[in-house]
Amino acid sequence: MSDAAVVLDGITKSFGNVEALRGIDLAVPRGSVLGVLGPNGAGKTTAVRILATLLKPSSGHAYVEGHDVVREAAAVRRQIGLTGQATALVDELTGRENLVMIGRLTHLPKPEAEARAQALLKQFDLDDAADRTAKTYSGGMRRRLDLAASLVGHPRVLFLDEPTTGLDPRSRLGMWDVIRGLVREGTTLLLTTQYLDEADELADNIVVIDRGKVIAEGTSDQLKDRVGGDVVGFSVESAAATAKAVDAIANVGDTAPTVAGLDVSVAVGARGSEALLEVVRRLDAAGVTVSGLGIRRPSLDDVFLALTGHVAEEAEVASA
Amino acid sequence: MSTLTWAMADTWIMAKRNLTVWLRVPAYLVFTVVQPTIFTLLFRYVFGGAIHSDVPGGYVNYLLPGIIGQTAAFASMATAISLAVEVQKGVVDRMRAMPMARSAFLGGRLLADLVRMTITILVIVGVGYGVGFRFHGGVGRAIAMVLLAIVLGAAVCCISATIGLWLKDEESTQAFGLIWMFPLTFVSSAFVETKTMPGWLQAFAVNQPITHVINAMRALALGRPLHDDLWLSAVWLGAIFAVFAPLAVRVYKRVS
Repeated sequence: MSDAAVVLDGITKSFGNVEALRGIDLAVPRGSVLGVLGPNGAGKTTAVRILATLLKPSSGHAYVEGHDVVREAAAVRRQIGLTGQATALVDELTGRENLVMIGRLTHLPKPEAEARAQALLKQFDLDDAADRTAKTYSGGMRRRLDLAASLVGHPRVLFLDEPTTGLDPRSRLGMWDVIRGLVREGTTLLLTTQYLDEADELADNIVVIDRGKVIAEGTSDQLKDRVGGDVVGFSVESAAATAKAVDAIANVGDTAPTVAGLDVSVAVGARGSEALLEVVRRLDAAGVTVSGLGIRRPSLDDVFLALTGHVAEEAEVASA
Repeated sequence: MSTLTWAMADTWIMAKRNLTVWLRVPAYLVFTVVQPTIFTLLFRYVFGGAIHSDVPGGYVNYLLPGIIGQTAAFASMATAISLAVEVQKGVVDRMRAMPMARSAFLGGRLLADLVRMTITILVIVGVGYGVGFRFHGGVGRAIAMVLLAIVLGAAVCCISATIGLWLKDEESTQAFGLIWMFPLTFVSSAFVETKTMPGWLQAFAVNQPITHVINAMRALALGRPLHDDLWLSAVWLGAIFAVFAPLAVRVYKRVS
């Protein structure tokens, strides 16, 4: 465990009768990225808040860079940066003023705080907007400034709680670039997300949390292997057609076909091409028109479904 | 630097930040300066004529200490609302996860709000002078009155801060603030003599802290004897600080 920058050891947390975390163990090796994946209400934010010294666990221990988050909270705070789901900016201050203020509060002398602010504004492509108030920033710029604010004190461990929730696709890709840059600099990163592609894209290791427990962990590939081989997937044109398609290919796969919107997929194990032909023949016989038909490695969506019996988006709606 | 100097430096940075925000939002300036001015003019010219007062110099001399006391109390609404908003926006989370002094967030808020309150009070004294109010107890007592008003404001700020951090929501903080602050300031000696109220209401009005503080302020402003009001004010305000200052800190530390 000595090379782990972040350790959670049997962490539980209850709010009254609600058990938000029911015994979480995980470790993040120094310099790596851990993606914590789960639907809304799974307990991701609670875990981050415990690590960031904002909440005390009901039981168990948590360490950041070897410091206990409860007994050595002050030492932990010197090592971490936190970017929460809300952008913690002062809207009436400029981008630069926001960063200088954080620098002064992390006890940098004034010239250094100003230099650090300038460097971060440049790094995050905000120098043109540096002297405008944060209120005038777009959603993507606000997120970048907020992330910059959490980096002012050169944290060795960074917690990003759903860093791209609510961003448009372009800003989202921009954030991913920024995050990859941080990883190259050797920052240890713990990233929560409900987007499976985000974890797939950014994380070295992934833990899947559902209802306050870790239900799976491993690399993206290892998790995909848990689904057991390939998936044949395609899209249909209408909701009526999904039912027809599901009927047609009912017993081709190892399990029943799954439907998400107009996308239908079926796990076919190692029988990839053979199963693909069978699916084509049956769909043709049933007269279902499809598009995007192909074999693919399972996505994390498939993994989540296989692990929890529900897809991530559905769980999100149910808990919202 | 020692822990204490850091705490003071951090508090000052937070206070400066809050004051900068205040200066940049025109609506905040309007609330802190225009609103109390309107109240002064309303009570002086609209209601004032109907209110009998045997205070030397007439009702305006009775009124001004009351308006100032009420303004000091109302100023804490902004404290509560800003804190609620900053919890909601995640600013409090960020600050609490930083190695800054734990006391600086609330300390900086209180310090900035006291500066703001002092400016408001001086504006009202100025407006008051324009509409006929005069101090009658000398400069020392005039300054003492202003200081007492600021201490009252600071005490009410501690209550408001606790409420804002506890409710964590702008609208409910505002609504709840009105519910307790209106009766407390109006059912007092601020605008009319408590003896004009029905007996059951007098029982509350005569004995509540705002009345004692405003009576003391009025005695200081008009150069009249203080009776028991000054020490009763000190006891009340001390008790409010003793209960609500630690409570606000406690709620801040546990806010989620």
